Amino acid sequence: MTELSYLEHGHSLKSWLLTTDHKRIAILYFLSITFFFFVGGAAAALIRIDLLTPEPDLMSNEGYNRAFTLHGVIMVWFFLIPSIPNTFGNFLVPLMIGARDLAFPRLNLLSWYIYMLGGLFTLAVLVLGGVDTGWTFYTPLSSMFANGNVILAATAIFVVGFSSILTGLNFIVTVHRLRCPGMTWGRLPLFVWSIYATSLILVLATPVLSITLVLIAAERLFGVGVFNPALGGDPLLYQHLFWFYSHPAVYIMVLPALGVISELVSTAARKPVFGYRFVAGSSIAIAIIGFLVWGHHMFVAGQSMYASAVFSFLSLAVAVPSGIKVYNWTATLYKGHIALDPPFLFAMSFIGLFVVGGMTGLILAMLAVDVHVHDTYFVIAHFHYIMVGGTVSAYFGALHYWWPKMMGRWLPLVWGRLSAIFIFLGFNLTFFPQFILGYLGMPRRYHVYPAEFQTLHVLSSAGASVLGLAYLLPFTYLLYSLRHGEKAPPNPWGATGLEWTVPSPPPQHNFHELPTVDGPPYQYPVEPDTKREGAHG
Amino acid sequence: MNRLLTFWGGQASHHAHQVDTLFLGLATLAVLLSAPVFILIPWFAVKYRRGKPADRTHAANRSVWLEVSWAAIPFLATLAFYVWSTRLYIDLYQPPAEALAINAVGKQWMWKFQHPGGQAEINELHVPAGRPVVVTLASQDVIHSLFVPALRLKQDVVPGRYTRLWFTADTPGSYALVCAQFCGADHAVMGGRLVVQTPADYGRWLEGMGTDGSLAAQGAVLFRTRGCSGCHGAASTVHAPPLEGLYGRPVPLADGSVVTADEQYLRDSILLPQAQVAAGYPAIMPTFQNVLGEDDVLKLVAYIKSLANAPPPTKDRDDGGPP
Repeated sequence: MTELSYLEHGHSLKSWLLTTDHKRIAILYFLSITFFFFVGGAAAALIRIDLLTPEPDLMSNEGYNRAFTLHGVIMVWFFLIPSIPNTFGNFLVPLMIGARDLAFPRLNLLSWYIYMLGGLFTLAVLVLGGVDTGWTFYTPLSSMFANGNVILAATAIFVVGFSSILTGLNFIVTVHRLRCPGMTWGRLPLFVWSIYATSLILVLATPVLSITLVLIAAERLFGVGVFNPALGGDPLLYQHLFWFYSHPAVYIMVLPALGVISELVSTAARKPVFGYRFVAGSSIAIAIIGFLVWGHHMFVAGQSMYASAVFSFLSLAVAVPSGIKVYNWTATLYKGHIALDPPFLFAMSFIGLFVVGGMTGLILAMLAVDVHVHDTYFVIAHFHYIMVGGTVSAYFGALHYWWPKMMGRWLPLVWGRLSAIFIFLGFNLTFFPQFILGYLGMPRRYHVYPAEFQTLHVLSSAGASVLGLAYLLPFTYLLYSLRHGEKAPPNPWGATGLEWTVPSPPPQHNFHELPTVDGPPYQYPVEPDTKREGAHG
Repeated sequence: MNRLLTFWGGQASHHAHQVDTLFLGLATLAVLLSAPVFILIPWFAVKYRRGKPADRTHAANRSVWLEVSWAAIPFLATLAFYVWSTRLYIDLYQPPAEALAINAVGKQWMWKFQHPGGQAEINELHVPAGRPVVVTLASQDVIHSLFVPALRLKQDVVPGRYTRLWFTADTPGSYALVCAQFCGADHAVMGGRLVVQTPADYGRWLEGMGTDGSLAAQGAVLFRTRGCSGCHGAASTVHAPPLEGLYGRPVPLADGSVVTADEQYLRDSILLPQAQVAAGYPAIMPTFQNVLGEDDVLKLVAYIKSLANAPPPTKDRDDGGPP
């Protein structure tokens, strides 16, 4: 019998906007997140164009400050944090654990509406003239001195935080309660482990940010002295609260990507992930230790010398589980059957860039070096290697890997490989020069700079234009594949995992009968459903 | 080796050399730790390409000792660098007692420096080579950060508290001095130069600068003109703590705790007098928050510090309050 897929089950706008199907909600997130990715990207383009010359030419000082603030706010809260969990997590967690939906389908839809409400506030900030504090909202600049739309921007982030909290809660309950018979914790796909670890952070850290934003609003609107010393407050208190959320938030952004890479590497090599327990456990370790390193953002802020020494040590410790993952992926490839398909090229790109980002993070954790490179382009380059080189590469890897499952269509593999390569090259050209700029002493958030730095800035801007075009490329051939792509079989890559046992695209309720699992994950070999050659295009 | 890193701004101090050496060591460590990944992944991707014949027997799925070793060995290697870098950092908190004390105030969007002799300059800081200098940093408004790339040093300037930055510049020359912490519209142009001079040149420069007397003397003038002496002066009849011999001493507070009268305490007592009231005195001091700028407060603090070893006032205090 043929059953209607989730895509065919109703075509009206209402059937999408009132859906409680986790797969449709994933698509809603995918569309809205893609929109914000390009809005944030447009702000980045303005920044890179302005930095082509040492003089301010495109934007005024105020305009530039608003551009980088908007870039940060949109990319962090409206793209990176929801990116992989809310699209691929939403789509895949129930399929991967053998469930028919998330534990709270209506709450899931509500989360999307809350996300959109926050997004509307952010667009209002943009239309009304922006905000000029930087995405970090440091006090007392944000609470007393800035003249942009601080309250509105804080409201946007406050609102979208509830979307994060509810999504995290939904995943936690789902993983605890809705695993199919036989799907023990030790048999969960590693992507589910990473989403689970991420959800713990979402639920535990986000409320701290919400409270902090309320305090900023209270100080700005009513003069309640919390952070401003002139009112008896303490500006460092703000930094502690902000980074207590925002450092774990870095792991919200990167842990799901680590989970994606485990799936991609295992499928590409047709081998189980080397050391499943270590890789799964390292996600939980990152989530826990990630809560204890926030002070490394404050080595020159005036916190105590002893606090800095402790935070430096813990920051080295949090690198250990990340290192385990990278070395274990390498070992996974040993004696594998490796196919250089687009998802694997994105995974290799991820690993390379994540290693550079991680190693420079280790360097930044060193106190005496951080005193020099803190608040310079070295830091900018470091976290873009993690967030963009890492998370965005994994996001595109996931998009290529699960596209046939989500849309039921093959994608052109040649174009997929090309875009992986262009994104990798464009990324490195954009951000590697920034490491050098930073060590030379170029501070961040400068729209004018000494002439000596121009060559490196021009290189970086040139890379950004390659990167921008390379990011557009997948959207053209993926759209093309929706209409012209070959129909995808249930398991085109020959992968393990319950999501590959159902048709592509999956039926509305995922499984006719709930599956039963009787063995560990990643039991290769699995033969793909069609000859791969037919899929090339 | 460090000539490799003689970048823009150069190296103006021994500390800069040390940071560069540490950085090169760390970069080497980073290359060594990531080399296995960068070499093996492409190698495996070629050697074990799907469909290509290769020996694939005995492929393990786990190996606890292997995994523990690639967790532990890199961690232990980084610990050695941790000790090295933390020692360098701790040095930054221990300025030598004989260091030349300079005051700096950051405000949107300029730097104001003042030398002990009272010479003031804006967006330029002249210092003698070879002598330790400790800069006490105050902010008039938001957080700034004094960053001298050639010294490989920066320190945030936080409103409401004094922070310090000390260094010994070895090589005369002119170096960039910038603000590293985003501070609003003109953050990018809030900068100037650090001018390192030979001691003789520095001495001549100090003489050439006009000054209204030393920092402490300027503070003494403020002490009279701003009305401080009305209560704290020798002739006062108001029940207020005497300031002679106060600096560096423990001060019992009304809430029962005891603080040391350091620069921070003196500043706070002028700007936020109700926060820490000295025991035995009525809390009647008004705040000078909207009257005195941070640079004026620094002068008053310098004046009060200059009284540290002064004899106690020889007036007839009618209150007999605690000394």
